[in-house]
Order: sequence, then C-alpha cells, then structure tokens
Amino acid sequence: MAAQVELFLQTLISGFLLGGLYALIGLGMALIMGVMRIINLAHGDLMMVAMYVAYWLFTLFHIDPYLSVFVATPLLFFLGVGLQKFLINPVMKVESILPHNQVILTVGIGMVLTNLATVFFTSNYRSTPVSYASKAWYLTDYWKEAPIELSLSAPWSLSFLMAVIFTIALWFFLTKTDTGKSIRATAQDIDAAMLMGVNVGRMRVATFGIGAALVGGAGCLFIPIYYLYPTLGKQFTNIGFVITVLGGMGSTEGAIIGGLILGIFESMTATYLGMGWAPVGRFMIFVAALIFLPGGVASLLRKKRLGK
Amino acid sequence: MSLLQIQNVSKRFGGLAALTDVSYSVQKGEILGLIGPNGAGKTTLFNVVNGFYPPTKGEVLFKGESISHLQPFQICKRGVGRTFQVVRPLQRMTALDNVIASAFLRAKDKPGAEGIALDALQFTGLYEDRSLVSKGLPLGKRKKLEIARALATQPEMLLLDESFAGLNPFEQNELIDIIRKVKAKGITIMIIEHHMKVIMSLSDRVVVLNYGEKIAEGTPKEIGNNPLVIEAYLGEAESA
Amino acid sequence: MKRFLPLIILAILFILPLVGLSSYIMHILILVTMWSIIGMAWNLLGGYCGQVSFGHAAFFGMGAYTAGLLYYHLGLSAWWGLLVCIPVLGVFSLVIGFICLRLRGPYFALATLALGEVLRVTAENLVKFTQGDLGILIKQRTWVEKTWYFYVILLLAAGSFFLIKKVIESKLGYYFVAIREDQDAANSLGINTTLYKTIALCLSGVLTGVAGAFYMNYMGYIDPTTVFPLYDISIVTVMVVMVGGVATYWGPVIGALIMVFLAEVIRSVPKIGAAHQTLFGILLIFIIIFLPNGIVGDFRKMVGLFKPRGALK
Repeated sequence: MAAQVELFLQTLISGFLLGGLYALIGLGMALIMGVMRIINLAHGDLMMVAMYVAYWLFTLFHIDPYLSVFVATPLLFFLGVGLQKFLINPVMKVESILPHNQVILTVGIGMVLTNLATVFFTSNYRSTPVSYASKAWYLTDYWKEAPIELSLSAPWSLSFLMAVIFTIALWFFLTKTDTGKSIRATAQDIDAAMLMGVNVGRMRVATFGIGAALVGGAGCLFIPIYYLYPTLGKQFTNIGFVITVLGGMGSTEGAIIGGLILGIFESMTATYLGMGWAPVGRFMIFVAALIFLPGGVASLLRKKRLGK
Repeated sequence: MSLLQIQNVSKRFGGLAALTDVSYSVQKGEILGLIGPNGAGKTTLFNVVNGFYPPTKGEVLFKGESISHLQPFQICKRGVGRTFQVVRPLQRMTALDNVIASAFLRAKDKPGAEGIALDALQFTGLYEDRSLVSKGLPLGKRKKLEIARALATQPEMLLLDESFAGLNPFEQNELIDIIRKVKAKGITIMIIEHHMKVIMSLSDRVVVLNYGEKIAEGTPKEIGNNPLVIEAYLGEAESA
Repeated sequence: MKRFLPLIILAILFILPLVGLSSYIMHILILVTMWSIIGMAWNLLGGYCGQVSFGHAAFFGMGAYTAGLLYYHLGLSAWWGLLVCIPVLGVFSLVIGFICLRLRGPYFALATLALGEVLRVTAENLVKFTQGDLGILIKQRTWVEKTWYFYVILLLAAGSFFLIKKVIESKLGYYFVAIREDQDAANSLGINTTLYKTIALCLSGVLTGVAGAFYMNYMGYIDPTTVFPLYDISIVTVMVVMVGGVATYWGPVIGALIMVFLAEVIRSVPKIGAAHQTLFGILLIFIIIFLPNGIVGDFRKMVGLFKPRGALK
C-alpha cells in the first residue's frame, strides 16, 4: 500500500515539475496566439534552436545550461523579432483568400530551422551532462521516519524554480509596464488599441520576440534533464497547443494551469500506461477539452470571476 | 396582428446585463424603429432575435411560435431576414453571386435562384452592378447589397441594423425609397438607426432603449416629445 | 474552347503512355496525378469552404490502411479498398467533423494537425491490428507495368475533377464559399453551416482516402510513417494547393506538377539532397509572401485588374 502511495506521490511531483516547464512553453504560444491570432507551428523549433545554443555553450565552453538561459533567451528574442518583422508582419498585410497564410508561414520557418539543424548538427542525440545531474533531495534525509520515500531531483527542481521566476517576471511585465499593457490591449481589441495610439505592428514584433524568448528559456531549462535532436521541435509544438486549448486560447493564466495539468497527466500516463502512449494521451486531453470545455480552463476562471 | 413578440427578454454576458426585461411587439406590416444611445443594447437585441445567442431570460415569439433557442439559419428559414451593422458581403464573389447564395434558401435549383437574385438586385437598384465583385463596391451599394441578400431569402420580417450609417444624403434618400418599397411588398421591418430624421419619417412606431431597458414606446411624435427620451439623448451629438 | 480544355487534356494524358515512356517517368506521372486528387480534395474543404486542414494525412492513411487491412486480415485484393474506403472514410469524416468543425479557423487547423499525428501513433501502437512499424506488404503486384496503374489513377483524378466542378457550380459551391467568406452572415442567410461544412469534409475525406487506397495498391507497401506523416503528406498537401492556387479548378493540378518535379529535382542533386526540406521551407515562405493565392489564383488576379469580373471560379 505504501508503495502505491509512494508511486502516486512521486508521479504527482514529477508531473508538477514537468508542468512548470510546460507552462513556460504554453505561455509563449498563448501570448502569440492572443495578440496575433496565429498558431506558431515553429514554436517547438525555436525551443530546439535555444537548446542547441545551450548545448554548444556547454560542450565548447563548459557553460552551465542554467547560465546559458541568460544568453539564449535574448538571442531567441531577437530571432523572434526578426522573424516577425521581416517575414510574418509582411504576410499579415497581404490580402489572400485564406487567412491562414501566417500559420503556413510558420510551418515553412519551422521546416527550415529543423532541416538546418539536421544538416549542421546531424541527427545524433545530444545532452548536457551537468555534474549535479543525478543529485537529488530525499524525503528520508529530512524526515527519518517517513513511511514512504520521495525524491526531488536537483536539476528538475532548479528548472522548475527558474520557470516560476520567468513566469512571475512575465506577469510583472504584462501588468506593470507600458509595453506589457499595450500588448494586452492589442490582444483584447486591436482596433481599440490602435485608436489609443498603440503601434500594433511593433507590439506584434515584441510579442513574437517574447514568445520566442520564453520558449527559448524553457529549452535551456529542459536540456539538463532531457536530450536533444533536431526534430524534437514538433512534439513541443504539439505540447504547446494542447496546453493552449486546455488552458483557453490566448489566456496566460490558462496556459499556466493547462501546463500543470498536462504535466501531471503525462506523468501519470507514463507511469501507469507506458511511455509510448504519451502522444495519444495528449490528444485525448486535447479532444476532451475541445468537446467538453471549448473555452479551456480560462472560461472556468472567467465564470468564477464574474460570478455566474 | 403581432408578428414578432419580445417578451421579458434579458441578456447577460457574465456579469454584464446587456438587456433587462425588454418587452414589445412588432405588428405585421409596420415599420418599427429601435433607437437609443450607443451601447443601449439595440444590436444585442437583434442578435437575440436573430438567434446568435439565446436570451438569458424571456422569450421571442415569431408568428406565435418560440424562436428563442433556434439557430440563425433556422430563424431565417422561418422568415426573418437580417442585415449587419458592419456590412459583411461575401467579398470575393460578385454582387449577383452574393445574392444567388442567399436565394438558394427558397429556390429549387440554380436558374430559380438566379431569378430570385436578379429580382432582388433590380428591386434595390443594383442590377447594373450585378457582375462587379462586391469587395470593390462603394459603401452605399454594399449596404443595398446587404438588403438585396436578405430579401432574396423571401422574409416576412426584415431586421435592418444601421443601414444608413455612413451614407450621403443622396444615398440616404435612395435607401428610404427602397425601405418604403419593402414595406409596400408587405414585409414587416424592424430598424435600428441613429439618424433621427430617417427614423421619425419612416417608422410607424418607435421603441427606445437605454442601458438595456425599454424606456419608451409609441408613435414618432409621442417619442419626440417624451422627456425621458430627450434626457437619454442629452449629450448625444446626433441631431435631426 | 475553354469548356473543352479539361477533356482535351484528359485525352492527351490518355494517349501519353502509348507513346512509350520510361518506367521512371510513368512513376512521376502517377505521383503527380495522385497528388492532384489529394490537392483537389483538400481544396474543396480548404480553398472553397475555408476550413484549412493540416491533417489530411489522416484521411490518406485511413484509405491506405483500409485497403491494406482488407488484404492482410481478410485476404481480399487490396483493390476492394477503393470501394470500401468510401463508407469507411465517410463515417470517419463524420466523427472528425463532429469533434473539429465546431472550431474556427486556425484552431480547426490545429485540431486536424493533431489528428494526423494521433493516427500515426495509433497505427504504430496497435501492432496486432496493423502490424505496427512493420507495415503491410502486398506480396503479389497486380501489374508489372506501370501503365495500367496510371490509367486507374487518371480515371480517379478525372472523376474527382468533374465531381468537384459539378459541386462547386451547384448550390453546395455557393454555400461553401459563403461559409468561407463569413460564417455568421451565411448563418443569417439560412445556411446550415454545420451541415455544409460536414458535407465538404466528408467529400474531401473520401476522395483523399481513395487516393490512399490507390497508393496501397500501387506501392505495395505501407507503414505508419509512410502514410500518416505530418510534413511529407499533410503539409505537402497544403503546399500543393497553395502553390498552385487555392479555390481554383486547376490550381491543385499545377501545384502537384510543380511540387513533385521539385521534389525529384532537389532529391537528385547530390549536394543538396539532405537539405531538400530547407529548400522546400524557403519555397513555401516565398510563395506565401509573394503569391498568396498561388500561381493560378494570382494569375487571374492580374488579368482581373484590367476588367472587373466575377471571382467565384
């Protein structure tokens, strides 16, 4: 019995930690979706780029990935800004039958990024084995008579902590700074924002940059605990939009909660069903959210707040 | 005979009460004007009648039957046509194709639909422009196209949402003529409008909304003299 | 003259194999024709009805596996798949439609994208049913020469072309475009948007499935990564139509021609080989920015600048 509880709690903890990182990925996508109403299908590939940056900094210069965060994040920000300014913004202005050109454009961008990585870095699996990779804190170290054993992996915890810090920083940015408020205004109502003097084009550029920076940061936080190969972007893009649907399209609070839910759900699926079923599990949540809760978690939050 | 009955309709969006306990009827064959300051809930009321969202409370009856929880297309089939405040033509189609699309509701085949469409275009004075892509039409003609499309569904009742906004005096007069012709055909009309002169000259009766509530109902003359209405409009720049 | 153009082209294509073409060229022609069908099917749903699917591999693979599983489990000739996949894909499309069509625009695209991936993983995991990664192999090819395969796919393509033309010229076509242009306005005009979107989806799904069933028979081997992949089938489908021209009759055909030729050309240049996806990506970006309505689509726009004409076709 104790073993069951232990397994469950451990899975829960792992899921929670994973969820924190997932939330970061989802946040980036939610911001982009909220402001520009486009699904960034290159989202995971941007993360992959950041992970390669962290990998090479580690392998060549022995820089710890947690420090590379501070290099990769601004780098990805500028990459995002560049992509939005020179490729995406022009497309958004063009008149066409199908409004999905922006989405297809991100597909093209993702293809190029993935393939360039394959060509230059080969498809070999990479990792950054940091010295403290296997360090963990054990419950029994602190509570000798604990009926069960729980462990908290150091890198996982560190990643989670930094993800939380990032999220809080983002919250500050969005609520306390002028640019942040302008971004939120643009997300709520483009025309009103324009009338109030918000430079919508610039907000889009900033938003994409921030979205890219967030997912780039998530990548650096992931690489110590995961492994890297050129095509991993795809699954993280999938994760990104499952979270977005789960959390509510374009909602930042929803993305955080959605990320946590997905993290816990995947952890449970992996423990009790097996690793191979993760993608199917993701789709199940995705479909369930679509059918039963189309507004996502955000719609539940909204109802509570407005006191329906 | 009451064609449309709005009974104690309330509509809430979360905590926001857009409409509160609105009740009135539209008589068959009349033109009913719906006026009120900006944000009074007029378009929301249209959306409820048209089926875009159900009322939170209350009922809408058309020809004696409840339509409160029907889909817009079902309500259209029953005979209620509608135009939109921001005109929404099917942009990459020609004017004719636009109207043919809506004519298919009643027509059995394409020649039939085309016939209905051409009639509707003729009726609204757009026959000459039928082969033009609707995206390229000036505002006045696009507004007429909106009406032509709604007419092609052969409605018994037409909901017109601010058809006069943005039109010059010449276009306004043209539109007034068209609306009078629509009434002459026996179609009942409910019209939202800010242009006081237009509403007062066209409407048989007027209903006034303010902050989601009905504050007055009566003939144009009665409404014009109603102190509540005058007060509601104080500060509104709209003049006759 | 214009009315007979499709028939003329069809006649030319019919005679073509008799001229005596190499097996390789025949293979290319078959691929182009098959991709035309997939493109036309997608175009019906996406180009005309405005529901952009990023998961057409789901329908393609479904059709391929229908044919393959009939052979593998029941010992029937896989050609029966072409017939059987009509009801199978019809029902499948209804289910997908029920889940996904309630979503608007990009979110529909998202849902379909996930769909293709899920089917792939499911096919990989249900090993008892589908043989998983081993795939399905047909031991005896129906014909050795490619010619008859070509005639089959040509017939299917011609059938699809004329069917779609008929549909677009009918009430369905008007309704589809109305839904694409403005779903709410369409609703107010008496159009049951859910019903018609579902019809478009079913037609699109069935046609794509038939192409998939053909693929099973032609290639003789399928596995989950061959028939359900996101980039190599779903995305290529979108590219075929966007490059050729959305909401046009010939767009998908031209797009298929270009995409297949490009793939072959790029693949045969030794140095670029591995980087062909980069070039594809760049091509896609280029087309999106400069020719958002594709070659056929924007060609007409240029002509249309000189005289205002109807743009329904």
